Formats: sequence, C-alpha cells, structure tokens
Amino acid sequence: MSALSAEALTARYPGQPASAAALLDVELHVEPGERLLLLGPNGAGKSTFIRVFAGLMHATQGKALVLGQPARSARGMVGVVSHATYLYDELTAAENLRFYAELYGVPKPMQRAAALLDKVGLAHLADERVGRLSRGQQQRVTIARALLHDPPVLLLDEPDTGLDLAAFALVEELTTAGEHTLVMTTHNLATGLRLGTRVGVLSRGRLVHQQSAVSAADAPALTSMLERLARA
Amino acid sequence: MRRGHFFRQLRTLIWKDLLVEARGRETILAGAVFALLVLVIFNFAFDLRVENVAAVAPGVLWVTVTFAGVLSLGRAFARERDRRTLDGLLLAPIDRSALYLAKVATSVASMLVVEIVALPAFIALFNLVVNLPLLILGLVLGTVGLAGVGTLFAAIAAHTRAREVMLPLLLFPIQVPVILATVKSTGAAIRVPGLEAPDVGQWLGLLIAFDALFLGLSVLLFDYAIEED
Repeated sequence: MSALSAEALTARYPGQPASAAALLDVELHVEPGERLLLLGPNGAGKSTFIRVFAGLMHATQGKALVLGQPARSARGMVGVVSHATYLYDELTAAENLRFYAELYGVPKPMQRAAALLDKVGLAHLADERVGRLSRGQQQRVTIARALLHDPPVLLLDEPDTGLDLAAFALVEELTTAGEHTLVMTTHNLATGLRLGTRVGVLSRGRLVHQQSAVSAADAPALTSMLERLARA
Repeated sequence: MRRGHFFRQLRTLIWKDLLVEARGRETILAGAVFALLVLVIFNFAFDLRVENVAAVAPGVLWVTVTFAGVLSLGRAFARERDRRTLDGLLLAPIDRSALYLAKVATSVASMLVVEIVALPAFIALFNLVVNLPLLILGLVLGTVGLAGVGTLFAAIAAHTRAREVMLPLLLFPIQVPVILATVKSTGAAIRVPGLEAPDVGQWLGLLIAFDALFLGLSVLLFDYAIEED
C-alpha cells in the first residue's frame, strides 16, 4: 500500500474555473519511506497538494489517499510543517506542544512536549511565550509540533522559511530519522535535493515530470526545467 | 473510550481559549468598556420614569449585551484565522463538535464576565429595583442562545472578507426569538412599584427550547461551516 496516492486528483478553490484548477488530474504514488521533493514555479499547485493531503482541502475530483484512507480521515497519520507556525503567541512553547499533544491523543503529553523541545534544542525556552521567540525558534517549535504524534507521513511546505543553516540541518536530522514518508516543497533546490530521494515537478496544476534516485548532480537540469516552466 | 477522548479534547480546547484570552485580554476588556459606554449613552439618551422603565430598560440591557456579544463572537474565529491557528486545529484529528462547543463555552464565559461588569452599572444608572435571580437566569439563558448561534455564524463569517459586517447581518434575524424571550424575562425581573410582576414562565420555557434547538442544529451544521474549501 502506498503511503500517499493521488489518483486522477483535481482540486479547485472556490470560484476557480475548471480549466485553471490548482491541481489537475494528478497521478502520483509515494511509497512508505520515500522522500518526495515537490518542485515547480509559483502557483504550480505545490502548496495545494500539501493542503489536500493534510486534509485541509477537498479533492474536487479523483482521490487523495494516505495509507489507503481518504486524506480527511487520516489526519492523525500526518504531520505538517508550513510557513505558518500554527502556534499561539500567548502560550509558552511547552503549553503549545502540550495543547496539540492532547488534541492528537498522545500519551503523557507533558513528557512528550518536553522531550521534543529538548530534541529541537529549545528546552531552555520551554516556558517562554511563543510570541517572544524569534522566527527561527518558532519554526523549531513548529517542527516539534509536527512530530508530536510520530506520524508515518510528514508534509513539509517550505520548511526552510526563516531557518538558518544549523536549524535546517536539524530539520533534516529529525525528519529523516525513523521511517517517515516525506513530501516536501521548497524553492531551495540544493537543500531539497539533499533531503529528497525522488522529485516531482508541478506546473499549472499538472504533474509534468517525475524522477527517482535524485542527487545534487541533477540540480542543473532541474534548474533549467524550472526556469523554462516559469517563463512558459 | 471515544466519549472520554471527546471530553478530553473539549477540555483542552476550552483551557487553551481561556488561557489565550486571560493573557491577551483583547475580547473581554474591549467588550466590558464597550458595554459600559453604551449604557452611559443610553442613560443620557433616555429619560426613564417609573411608568416606562419596565418597557425600556430590558431593551437597553439587551442591545448592550447583544452588541458587546457580537464583538466577542467575531473575535472567536477571526483571531484563529488571522494567525492561521485555525488550520492547526483543523489539521488535528479532533471532533468538530468539540471545537464548536469549546468556542461556545468560552464565548459564554467571556460574555458573562462582560455582563458581570455591565449589570451593576445598568442597575445603578437606571436606578432599578430588580429580582436578581430571575434577571440572572434570563441573562444566562439569553447568553447561551446568543453564543450558540453566534459561534456558528462567526465560523461562517470568518471565511468572508467583510466578516465584521456579515456576522451581525447573519446573526440578528435568526436571533429575534431569543432576544424577544430574553427581553420579556428581563422585563419581568424589573420591579415597578404598584405593578404586579408578570408571569415569565412561558418566556423562560421558550428561551430554553430555543437554546436547545439552536445548539443542537449548530452542532450538526458546524462541520460544514468551518471547512474552508
């Protein structure tokens, strides 16, 4: 069973014409343990793909399955990191994590929150309100939030936003540890290729290219393809 | 087991909302100041005499409570949406009715705090003699009715651009039966010398029925109201 399956997946925002759907007839299967790097110019549908599999948006046609279940019923199996932190400024880092741990039904939520804050290097700021943390520190708490329930599938929508190199190395370390299946969007091809084992390229909602066993050596060809798509 | 999980999620959501409000103080403080200002304006605008106090004072109180309540209800989802924390909640495998009931509970709590501030001012400014238990009962039931429907419409309005305008436009027409029943029960709680207090049982019964109906319907409809796409 695939970890993620897009079967003739089409998704439209309200008022969007069918011909300009955010995702159009996408067919894509990600196997357990794979790390898919999703690339494409602005407006290609990368974030929409993440939103559909996160259960935040309906598939207009086709299917979006997570481990064989419709994405909307599989929220507990998915962890999401996006450019929005989903954190409450008024709560401390530990309170935010405890809150989300309770919602996900994580056993011993306080201990789990403390352990993850330690992992992301913020144990000393556990009692600091999130609103007073720097953007990079907030993003670390966000990564801890996504890992709270140890989800088999991780969706990372430009997780490098606001992170310095050391912090992004931490993201790499945490997300590649274990058997997480990963789907990641980024505009930073170099870091993306370091993390991904496979590439999918979206353009105007369509999946126009797929490639397995990618490495840093593929960067020039992919860059040229992305530039061509952005101009088209 | 599943019910236990539901109540744990409900308790967690209420805890979070109360903590955010206690630390941010943006809703209750604004609501209380607004309510006091409206009462003072009404006090200057109306010349209440013994013969018209029972007719006018309940309306004054409920206009104040309703307008202050709309401020609080509007913030319930607008704040979550503006900060994108609503997405964080919708990502979690939570029962949507737990999210709805938590928002109703915290809205009722913050509106009751505003009413605790406004009620003594209302009684003092208009120089009223009241049956306090009956007045409080009407206020609590009316507040539950207002928060029950208001939370549903606040979730719908949060997705629209003109949400500050949309919420009262959606809410007030539906709210008419609740406001009517609460104004009548509040009127019965105001003692007028020489007049016997009217029977208020049927209005309170109507209020309880509307509260139950609106809460039940809103629980069923909330899932559709909160989903964005």
